[in-house]
Amino acid sequence: MQKAEKMKELRVFAQEIRVEALKTIGSLGFGHVGGSMSVVEALAVLYGDVMKVDPKNPRWEDRDWCVMSKGHAGPAMYATLGLKGFYPIENAYTLNQPHTNFPSHTDRTKTPGIDLTTGSLGQGMSTAVGAALGNKVDGRDNHTFVFVGDGECDEGQVWEAAQFAAHYKLDHLVCFVDSNKRQLDGAVDDIMSHGKGIGAKFDAFGWNVIDVADGNDVEQVYDAVQAAYATEGKPTCIVLNTVKGKGCTFAEPSGAHSSQPSKEQWDEAIKFAEEELAKVKAQ
Amino acid sequence: MSFTLIGKHEKDSRANRDGYVTAMEELMAADPKVCHIDCDLYNCINTAKLEKEFPKQTFNAGIAEANAMGIAAGLTATGRTVFMHSFGCFSSRRAFDQAFMSAAYAKLPVHVLGSDPGVCAAYNGGTHMPFEDCALYMSIPDAVVIDPTDYAMIHCLTKKLAASGKFSYMRMIRKGVVKVYEDGSDFEIGKGVTLKEGTDVTIIASGIMVDEALKAQETLAAEGVSAKVIDMFTWKPIDEELIVASAKETGAVVVAENHQANCGLGSAVAQVLAKNCPVPMEQVGVMNRFGQVGAQNFLQEEYNLTAADIVAAAKKAVSRK
Repeated sequence: MQKAEKMKELRVFAQEIRVEALKTIGSLGFGHVGGSMSVVEALAVLYGDVMKVDPKNPRWEDRDWCVMSKGHAGPAMYATLGLKGFYPIENAYTLNQPHTNFPSHTDRTKTPGIDLTTGSLGQGMSTAVGAALGNKVDGRDNHTFVFVGDGECDEGQVWEAAQFAAHYKLDHLVCFVDSNKRQLDGAVDDIMSHGKGIGAKFDAFGWNVIDVADGNDVEQVYDAVQAAYATEGKPTCIVLNTVKGKGCTFAEPSGAHSSQPSKEQWDEAIKFAEEELAKVKAQ
Repeated sequence: MSFTLIGKHEKDSRANRDGYVTAMEELMAADPKVCHIDCDLYNCINTAKLEKEFPKQTFNAGIAEANAMGIAAGLTATGRTVFMHSFGCFSSRRAFDQAFMSAAYAKLPVHVLGSDPGVCAAYNGGTHMPFEDCALYMSIPDAVVIDPTDYAMIHCLTKKLAASGKFSYMRMIRKGVVKVYEDGSDFEIGKGVTLKEGTDVTIIASGIMVDEALKAQETLAAEGVSAKVIDMFTWKPIDEELIVASAKETGAVVVAENHQANCGLGSAVAQVLAKNCPVPMEQVGVMNRFGQVGAQNFLQEEYNLTAADIVAAAKKAVSRK
């Protein structure tokens, strides 16, 4: 397949994820829209192309792993995995309803395809590193991906895990930093700034660092993953410069962590996202 | 379950930690999926030899307990049986959220080890003296919590935990302890063992308090009080059947623990008694205080964790019948 054709497919997949994530959160009417929207292009690249997974055998031992350490982006994961065939996508519309298998934060015991449980920020970074270590010791030719938020990087545990991954030379580990510049209380730079920058920090910890100017562009994300795969001897951090709430009519302007808009706003957001999907398909 | 009680109150010449290390050598040799992760404390519990013998199964996370717990959970997710060690204060307080969410809540049965429990932290002092480690872990649903007694028990229970598939926390004294059981003794998780039969009062103890309880039993016997002694090394799940049967037999209970009295073994026993068989109960334990620095025997006196304290508590419990 030509790259241009592949990128078009990934753009379509990304917008499908966006639509389904909005429907998933919209089914109850409130949730973590902002941080779900910012990661959909990266998820589309992973599950649409680069990751080895088997929807019929979610715990396949040679699979690539993906850990959403910023666990509140669960709805984006659920949309992705549903579209990928791990379960009927409609199942995800039970998000946060009694006894659902689709809780706010990703849970390996409930949802097929979720590799590790997250929610308490920073912890998914360590568990992903542990999985990457186990896979390396087993001699598996697979990769472990982990998503952390730029706000999440306030957590000291992220850096404990980062130094461990570099020390153990886990070069089949790729950490995406979803740098959407916002955390719950406001702009990252205002709430807790990151010194010389998150990329500079990972570099100082001994990682290979790739800065992606537009983390909501599938081609840029794709190219960064290819560069990560070519790196030996150290883990790779891909800093995705993203937009919180990307592509959601009510969430992108506010950059809010969680949203509870009106029914009309939900209808408008889903309609807009579906129109965008039609446009991407028509390109 | 078959054990041989020595009961001579003599210290084991071996380091207690080697009960764990020798068990791990056997486990690791038999199964490449059995792992140990430490927090810059190889040299404190003699696990450097594990790294040397089993370099693909032994990992040092440096001084980063929270991360080590997460690594342990991640390794467990790749099909491994992982023991994670730090001093009890750190493997409980410092890494508790990680133990809770990354491991227990996620159904990844990490086996947490906390060395130098309670007054055994001795010269490391109050900052390092966990009187609350078991309390924290007992609050986790389905967790197994163990305060083992000696080398033979740790050796046995390490293997039992590895085979259990259950998230667990086990205390471990590093250095010399009284050798209560003969090597090769076999124990069952969740089942207390009766070391002495008696009719007037039941003394329920664990860890370093087991030998104190045995000494107290002898003193009480000389004074005409017949005490039953139980080693209740599993704090959770607690052996309700044995507690209720013993309370019915003797009509009074003393619980002795190297831990805060208000949220540990005594509380667990009291809960069972209150529900099934309310009898007079007295506690020997740390009474709402922080730890402090000093020799272990000084600390046992300071916090009233001696055989004499158990004797006094037993007499009081009997008098309340």
